[in-house]
Amino acid sequence: MSTSHSIKAKAFLKDGKYAEWHDATFWGVRTKRDNMAFGLDEWEQLREKASAIKRHTISHLDEYLEQFAVNAEANGAIVHWAADAAEFNKIVYGILSGHNVRKVVKSKSMLTEECEMNPYLEKRGIEVVETDLGERIIQLKGQKPSHIVMPATHLSHDEVGELFEEKGISDEIGNHDPTYLTYRARLSLRNEFLTAEAGMTGGNFGIATTGDIVVCTNEGNADMSTACPKLHIAAVGLEKIIPDYDCLAVFQRLLARSGTGQPTTTYTSHFRKARCNDGEFHIVLVDNGRSSWIADPDHWEALKCIRCGECMNTCPVYRRSGGYSYSYFIPGPIGINLGMLRNPQEHSGNVSACTLCNSCQSVCPVKIDLGDQVYKWRQKLAEYGTASKSKKMMCDTMSRAFGSESRYNTATGAAHLLNNMPHGLVHCGLNPWAEGHEMMKFPKKPFHKVFEDLEKEDKE
Amino acid sequence: MKVGLFIPCYVDAVYPEVGVACWRLLRHLGLEVDYPAGQTCCGQPMANAGFEDKAVPLARKFEEKFAGFDYIVAPSVSCVAFVRLNYERLLAGHPCATAAKAMDIVEFLHDVVRPAGPLGRFPHKVSLHNSCHGVRELGLSSPSEQHIAPFNKIKDLLSLVEGIEVVEPERKDECCGFGGMFSVEETAVSAQMGLDKLRRHIATGAEYITGPDCACLMHMAGVAKKQGLDIGFKHVVEILAAGL
Repeated sequence: MSTSHSIKAKAFLKDGKYAEWHDATFWGVRTKRDNMAFGLDEWEQLREKASAIKRHTISHLDEYLEQFAVNAEANGAIVHWAADAAEFNKIVYGILSGHNVRKVVKSKSMLTEECEMNPYLEKRGIEVVETDLGERIIQLKGQKPSHIVMPATHLSHDEVGELFEEKGISDEIGNHDPTYLTYRARLSLRNEFLTAEAGMTGGNFGIATTGDIVVCTNEGNADMSTACPKLHIAAVGLEKIIPDYDCLAVFQRLLARSGTGQPTTTYTSHFRKARCNDGEFHIVLVDNGRSSWIADPDHWEALKCIRCGECMNTCPVYRRSGGYSYSYFIPGPIGINLGMLRNPQEHSGNVSACTLCNSCQSVCPVKIDLGDQVYKWRQKLAEYGTASKSKKMMCDTMSRAFGSESRYNTATGAAHLLNNMPHGLVHCGLNPWAEGHEMMKFPKKPFHKVFEDLEKEDKE
Repeated sequence: MKVGLFIPCYVDAVYPEVGVACWRLLRHLGLEVDYPAGQTCCGQPMANAGFEDKAVPLARKFEEKFAGFDYIVAPSVSCVAFVRLNYERLLAGHPCATAAKAMDIVEFLHDVVRPAGPLGRFPHKVSLHNSCHGVRELGLSSPSEQHIAPFNKIKDLLSLVEGIEVVEPERKDECCGFGGMFSVEETAVSAQMGLDKLRRHIATGAEYITGPDCACLMHMAGVAKKQGLDIGFKHVVEILAAGL
């Protein structure tokens, strides 16, 4: 009855000490988030408002996209529309090669990850340098993000120290002090900022009334990426557009508090125009499935996501299985759902990674019904041909037993016989419950039999 | 007021004493209670596993068995939540009376019966297990994620028990890792969550773990026994009815 997630999760948990650290680290972020959220009396109203704004915007997206594009172009930005990942990559490469760019510095963007832009550009001779520290670390290590906001948190500072030594970024061998390592990373990145011919950013928000792109970082690397090179390309998913600055104020109060437990990100950068007279500012609006997901009555609200990552931090399964146990590049509750929207055949193995505890939808700053959506995906696995045969058999058997009183009475009446069976036989590989549990002892009489005595007792 | 007692399949088969405690407590409070014969399962295990269609005949049967009651009361928050939140959809096109009437026994006692006087006597320290579906689907307590005025209906009721000391573990409403089919599909994570939860309950110094859902207790009891951890388990109702 295993799934792709459960197999990887089991391997993850083999290193108990690491697993415990991983759980405690992300629970720590949840705790920081709680402290921030509980500091605002209007927190729940903000969540409600944010959800309402997103529902409104997504269901009127055509109007807001048009308004955004018109205003951005009026500001002098060059707006591109990409139907899918392939077109997005082609557009970006076209802009870069048209400017003879050999190196591009970029700030964090899950969209470029989604479109697998870096390998596409690198194959065509363009060096891509990630400038968010976490992203830079995993880029140097040849890994993918294990979390959408804290992509390298799965690594220890010793691992980062050794990596920096190997790549020649730090020169004091054995000095793995985080402050030192950050200092060395800064020196190394400074050189990249100064020698790159283009900068790329994502976009946390696009403001329809002004055509602005808003990028939230803690390291100021989006500003560095756009202040040094003359060419700026912003990659923005269609769902990132919001109506106006009043709406931004709502999200701005929720995003960092939810994501990292900070009152705000250290830098909130607003981009309206190219940086100087000879610069260029390109905005690539990317669909890549989003417009069709709006039509899905069960799952369209996944598009409300502002990528704070808090559903991962609160998810008891994510914390105990790590980002790499999920097949989609976005892990955790939102990743399960977005992966299924992307390709259900490929990502059905993640829907088991949920106890339906609903902590995710209780914590989500835009109130996405994340757990309810996982429940709904499970109902569709048979249709996708990815339902577990043994699980189906088990449910068929249960359904038959529960559907017939005589079968049910026989089964519950005889259950106590299991108590006397040899331990090894009951606790064998065929009984997955016995992997983590000792079997329960069944009473001689189930309640419906005991009840006959209770009734007699009552009459006496 | 006619109360129908719903004893879910696994409570029937594994924890008859919890059914007995429900019966005794409700009768003690002077309520007219009936336990309709032939009841089995609400269908939740199959539906949560992704086979909602297998739950439909059981929902129909449930409707039949529990027709005519003012309240349908059960000692299992997740079964009640399943009936309340899903039956109308599952029975689409047919009348559905049970969804609105199904109540967890803690919720029913707290909101409807409102016993004022002392209930049972239980001179022990207990650690309260706030089951997820009780917290986040039935609203038995304020979810730790939300910035709302704190409340806990289970604690309120347990305060009517003589001699009891009630504590909560660190991470007071983190999931214990049962999750129905989750426990046999994601065996490693489920067992780890159970173990982590047990350790936090045990760290309170409590002699017992108590909660409103026998499924969470059954899961934790199985993990505790496997790991050789020593702590007792009681459903909330068993404590409320202790010595009555």
